[in-house]
Amino acid sequence: MSTVYNLKREVEKPARLTGGHRLCAGCGAGVVVAGVLRALNNEDRAVVVNATSCLEVSTFMYPYTAYMDSFIHSAFENSAATCSGVEAAYNALQRRGKVDGTVKFITFAGDGGTYDIGFQSLSGAMERGHDMVYVCYDNEAYMNTGIQRSSSTPRFARTTTSPVGSVGQGKKQNKKDLTEILVAHNIPYVAQTAPLGNFKDLHSKSYKAIYTEGPCFLNILSPCPRGWDYPMAKLAEITKLAVDTCVWPLFEVEEGVWHLSYTPKKKLPVEEFLRPQGRFRHMFQPGNEWMIAEAQAYVDQKWERLLERTGA
Amino acid sequence: MSHRLSGNEAVAYAMKQINPDVMGAFPITPSTEIPEYFADYVANGEVNTEYVAVESEHSSMSVCIAAQAAGARSVCATSSCGLALMYELLYVAASCRLPITLACVNRALSGPININHDYSDSMGARDSGWIQIYAENNQEAYDNFLMAMPIGETPNVRLPVMACMDGFITSHAVENIELLETDAVRRFIGEYNPEHYLLKKENPLAVGPYDISPYYMEHKVLEAEAMKAAKARILEVAAAFEKISGRHYGLFEEYRMEDAELALVLMGSTAGTAKAAIDKLREDGVKAGLVKIRVFRPFPGEELARALAGTRAVAVMDKSEGFSANGGPLFAETCGALYGLKERPHLIDIVYGLGGRDVRVEDIEKVFGRLANIAATGETGPVYVHMGQRSREEIA
Ligand SMILES: Cc1ncc(C[n+]2csc(CCOP(=O)(O)OP(=O)(O)O)c2C)c(N)n1
Ligand code: SF4
Ligand SMILES: [Mg+2]
Repeated sequence: MSTVYNLKREVEKPARLTGGHRLCAGCGAGVVVAGVLRALNNEDRAVVVNATSCLEVSTFMYPYTAYMDSFIHSAFENSAATCSGVEAAYNALQRRGKVDGTVKFITFAGDGGTYDIGFQSLSGAMERGHDMVYVCYDNEAYMNTGIQRSSSTPRFARTTTSPVGSVGQGKKQNKKDLTEILVAHNIPYVAQTAPLGNFKDLHSKSYKAIYTEGPCFLNILSPCPRGWDYPMAKLAEITKLAVDTCVWPLFEVEEGVWHLSYTPKKKLPVEEFLRPQGRFRHMFQPGNEWMIAEAQAYVDQKWERLLERTGA
Repeated sequence: MSHRLSGNEAVAYAMKQINPDVMGAFPITPSTEIPEYFADYVANGEVNTEYVAVESEHSSMSVCIAAQAAGARSVCATSSCGLALMYELLYVAASCRLPITLACVNRALSGPININHDYSDSMGARDSGWIQIYAENNQEAYDNFLMAMPIGETPNVRLPVMACMDGFITSHAVENIELLETDAVRRFIGEYNPEHYLLKKENPLAVGPYDISPYYMEHKVLEAEAMKAAKARILEVAAAFEKISGRHYGLFEEYRMEDAELALVLMGSTAGTAKAAIDKLREDGVKAGLVKIRVFRPFPGEELARALAGTRAVAVMDKSEGFSANGGPLFAETCGALYGLKERPHLIDIVYGLGGRDVRVEDIEKVFGRLANIAATGETGPVYVHMGQRSREEIA
């Protein structure tokens, strides 16, 4: 890889996630997956793993696969163990002279498949130290089953299992800080990124995760126009607002050392991110100002902590 | 060569001789010793298997599925709750047509939690698409494990195999058994060279699609055909195994069935007890016999019907409840098998031994007593009963 990032050159590489998959128009997931896979060197092979999710059902509907590389999906909650198994097979077969060449192992799972039902499998695989990358494409709810809350869903967000009603005000709990939990696994590389701007951040973090030996984890914000209820053309805009409000800060932790990847020129108020999204609409009703205030206070507190950690 | 080994050690030793590519390992009584013995082989450099000590049985099966799909021969061992935790993945393994080998050391399912033997664990998995082979003793546990891969890996079968033995009774009791030379084992098992696998350089592969109605049924029918094809393959492999071991195996074992009028159908170690009872009864002139089911999946229905065709009364002994209110799983299969006969024997189901409750020679003799009575009177009486349970008064 040349050290200078060039989007044009990157997108001219042969695509590893081809078009024609069945994700919704404007879905963040396809953009994220294509972006991560682009970081692979052309000469290297990969085995891609998916957890059951919007991504899986849209990219490998029999008899069509959107992946140019080998691919396996087994279940919703076991994608990390599945990736471990492929990596274990590679080690065994390599030792016995049955495979050669560089093969990389990359798992993609949604937030449900990562923060919730696949959490144990993920923790186990990271602890065992397989040479693999686990990517959570985080769209903050169970989208494939029709927008149910997960432990990644932010506070106040409306989902079909955290509805807004005469008493209910969307999700009651704050989002679980999964990235931090992964840092606590003391693995070589953990990063949080998003499909922002020219994709430089996403690309360089993907490259590091893929080419750092050992278990690496990427948490990538993956806006979902259906579930978040915003116009599908606004992926770039929504992503930028998430980052500039510090709702989704970009950082990385390499061998335990925290590094802030991006500081907004001007930290925007959190309501700029909330307003365009239908899932937060009730927060803007008269009398609900406290919700926005609490959401802001939460973001500020997390951001301050991150600044301390990264020494920024 | 004759050796004194427990069932667990015998299966671990078979695994060592095979030297599989990948093992997924997680402890649960009574199968725990298998991954323990195997860890020692790894630690001593006696095998070069990739040993993945996972955080759950769910992950051990997930690792085996992925490794097998990637082109590796993979094995694991479990019991009871461990098998139950794998449940969803058992179907994935079978439907992806991955010939994984699992040593299932049978143990009662929770709840209440119980560590002793019955078949509630593997009976719960009987419709998952796995071949299931049951051992009566340590020798059979060893032999069945060695036969599993040549059966499962055959191209027209390509199904995972559960090699089952009775928890504690077989897994922990030490017996003299004959072991094959490792060279002979390796020749018998051969190399695992699947046609398609994830790590194949020339041709990437995609496994585990979202399968829609226009295709799903075709895939399931192929799976069903594979299970049917497994029957012939099991017999072929048994014949090849007999050549190197001198030991004969079929889909089931018939014991003194030539002229039997009263017969039992059961599986596993209870067969030893039943054989002792039958020998005694035969001395008294009772025409008693036994069919010990070895292969439960695929179920040898037609063959069983032929074996039982000449009998007058048959008791199926189920060492697991099915909670169907209509008898245990072995009974249901046997009923189904016998239905096609023009003249059917009287058939009853006796559920026994749950959670490791002992069954003795005298208990088996009582069952034959009941069969004799049925044969004499033509009255079947209660068809589905439980044997050996205490009365409510006794428990209180
Ligand atoms: C064991 C199990 N439970 C539930 C489901 C149903 N299910 C499939 S995908 C999904 C939600 C996936 O959510 P997430 O991981 O966030 O991915 P997304 O679809 O949002 O991209 C659920 C609940 C399942 N397939 N397996
Ligand atoms: S529902 Fe959301 S996550 Fe799923 S495909 Fe559509 S946009 Fe993507
Ligand atoms: Mg999601």
